[in-house]
Amino acid sequence: MTDPFKHESCDVAIIGAGPAGLSAATTLKQAGVESVLVLERETEAGGIPRHCAHPPYGIREYKRVLTGPTYAQKLIETAHNVGVQIALKNTVIKLEAGGVLTIASPEGLKKLTAKRVLLATGIRETPRSARLVSGDRALGICNTGTLQSMFYLKNMVPFRRPIVVGTEIVSFSALSTCKKAGIQPVAMLEENHRPTIRWPIHYAARVFGVPLFLNTHITKILGKERVHAVQAMDKNETVREIACDGVLFTGQFTPESALARISHLELDDETSSPVVDQFGRCSDPVYYAAGNVLQHRPDSDNSAAVPLYYTSDNLPQPVDVAGKCWDEGRITAQWIANDLNGNLPS
Amino acid sequence: MTIQQHNHHPMDNNKSGSTSLLASGDIAVIGGGVVGCAVARRMALEGASVVLIEKAADILEGASKGNSAILHTGFDAPVGSLEWECVQKGYHEYLEIRERFNLPLLKTGALVAAWTEEQQAKFTDIMKKGNDNGIADLHLLSRSEVLDLEPNLAKSILAAIHIPREYVIDPWSTPLAYLQQALENGGQAFFNAEVTGGDFDGSHWLLNTSRGQVKARHIVNCAGLYGDIVDHNVLGHSDFTIKPRKGQFVVFDMAASQLLNSVILPVPTSRTKGIVLFPTIFGNVAVGPTAEDQEGRDDASVDRDNLEALRAQAIEKVPALANIPVTATYAGIRPASGEREYQVIDYPDRNWITLGGIRSTGLTSSLGLAQHVQQLLLQQGIQFNAIVNPAIPQVPNLAEHLPRDYETPGYGEIVCHCEMVTEREIKAVMEGPIPAGSLVGLKRRTRATMGRCQGFYCSARLAELTKGKFAEPLGVGDADD
Repeated sequence: MTDPFKHESCDVAIIGAGPAGLSAATTLKQAGVESVLVLERETEAGGIPRHCAHPPYGIREYKRVLTGPTYAQKLIETAHNVGVQIALKNTVIKLEAGGVLTIASPEGLKKLTAKRVLLATGIRETPRSARLVSGDRALGICNTGTLQSMFYLKNMVPFRRPIVVGTEIVSFSALSTCKKAGIQPVAMLEENHRPTIRWPIHYAARVFGVPLFLNTHITKILGKERVHAVQAMDKNETVREIACDGVLFTGQFTPESALARISHLELDDETSSPVVDQFGRCSDPVYYAAGNVLQHRPDSDNSAAVPLYYTSDNLPQPVDVAGKCWDEGRITAQWIANDLNGNLPS
Repeated sequence: MTIQQHNHHPMDNNKSGSTSLLASGDIAVIGGGVVGCAVARRMALEGASVVLIEKAADILEGASKGNSAILHTGFDAPVGSLEWECVQKGYHEYLEIRERFNLPLLKTGALVAAWTEEQQAKFTDIMKKGNDNGIADLHLLSRSEVLDLEPNLAKSILAAIHIPREYVIDPWSTPLAYLQQALENGGQAFFNAEVTGGDFDGSHWLLNTSRGQVKARHIVNCAGLYGDIVDHNVLGHSDFTIKPRKGQFVVFDMAASQLLNSVILPVPTSRTKGIVLFPTIFGNVAVGPTAEDQEGRDDASVDRDNLEALRAQAIEKVPALANIPVTATYAGIRPASGEREYQVIDYPDRNWITLGGIRSTGLTSSLGLAQHVQQLLLQQGIQFNAIVNPAIPQVPNLAEHLPRDYETPGYGEIVCHCEMVTEREIKAVMEGPIPAGSLVGLKRRTRATMGRCQGFYCSARLAELTKGKFAEPLGVGDADD
């Protein structure tokens, strides 16, 4: 097998070894593309599922119910089996026209030119700072991703009795992690009058033993070194103080598009995603994007800006589950393969 | 060099107080803010044996924690004031020494921007003051000249005064370098040592701290937000009162750095320098500070209304910031005294100097204040044998415009992806001469968790790397504890 860094070029470079990136890489190899390189900045491939140790993963892909880490492992094995190369600890720091990537790695800085590049950099939750939440900046404030990576990867916990903010799907994932980790959330707060997801969340919250307060938001976080309470206001503008030792901000996903933002690629200001055409192609057609880094406005006035895999009965969610990202990676990879063969309309 | 690592470790904090002798020296500096660090450095270089005592677990835990990191020329300082003198001296000394310490300089220049005719009418006075303050290169820019220099400013700008030599520096590595030099030249530093009282026997002070007594001939009180309290507790009175003034800041994502080159200063009012929009040394753009008088000396909380107002003000000045996400928010507390001038008070008969009320300009003026302390002592006939070839520590570069650690092979792994902080940098800081004692201390020394994800990706790894090292750990324990 050729070493793409040695030749400083490859057919397709994929940035991010999560479900979208790995399924795209696998599909590209299966479609006969010779050198496919996945660049991953972490020390392990797999992306977010690595630290979501709960089912259900893999139903769409492997027709089985798996936990996140097992699923991540299967994705990696599948990619390796078809000859995908995954370069770990390789951080892409710059995107340039013509598929030229600058990469930081423990071996030094390097440049790589790819015929096509797929951005599969995923998504993360909005931290406290960007939510402009009032109060002290103490320890014990984090997102679900932090909680889960701390617990599932390092067996540590950032708090014991947090307030959970948000009622998205991930908020449930957070409650489940808390339960496994012996963390007892003191309350779940939702600033709107109903939960974000339509599940019987009241029931679920009760199962986890966590009281749910709707129409309630944090007005102040209190704590010098570590959080010791929050002040929360309900719809009657009554402020109450709730003792806790942390605040878990769940959801409000935002694409991890910092790399694209500082590049020549056009970004959608509203979603912070790269602007793409119906084939997932960016404003520079050498670049593609797939998976959760691509967010879509359901009310988008520009129908051409939505990849073809979105149909009226398959609307994009604020954050897509791994299986859907996997699917998007697979479909986009087909388009890239067609493109390389000169079979994609420009 | 005498900083005992175990002394720094918060686990050894002996808050019960003690009458045993903790340390002795020629000069005791109270306070590990930028002023205390600069004074400790200066007097160590002069040959004095220096003991710095700080009540917190780390340096920069008070007023020096949050500021705008501007190296001021002093163009707008009160003419003929001690503040002006110390800003001038501090400015020049920083530029003279910084390269030897590997301290960065971002040559931004500053613009005093007028958006209304009323503001523009004040330009004559600002120019005159600048010239009276010896800043000869101030010049007026027309609207089109401003927009040439800063094309992303709102087009409604009328004119500006350009101050080409106002710069941006690293607010945290700078004092760290000062204290490190003091330590490498014979100084000592003690943390978690709060001064509670003391006695002067006519030639020596015996200070009581929460970790034991400190004996010294001279005391320099650099206690910042607690300067008046220390004077009161030890001298029995204070000639000034600290009136804490909070300043909140909003930091925009690094993408914003493409939108702004200069520090954008407002036309000042009598009360405050106003809200500044500025590039940071770390590659962001920030806006702030607010000026909120408050009782609390340690309340550096932020609030949504002020943060939203700051963000709106920034967008008003640079409209393209509307599409740039907010990365971080922070607040600092200035030790204002209600007086325009610094409260530098010399008590020669009691071997005591207080440097109080050092508010907005302290980062720049600290080296000047340190020179001033040396002069005051010299006037009293107190001098030491200056060190001929002093040791000069190199601090790691955190500036975005200069080569970072990740650009040199062998760094292990990148731990903080947003700010590109390496495992090698973190390990070096944990084992360094003044090791970080908390997550914020680590952040100030490396930039870890300072970025857009605020720890989403790296907290788990950081918790692992710092396990057992911090009094307040990232992880409260193992899951199965």
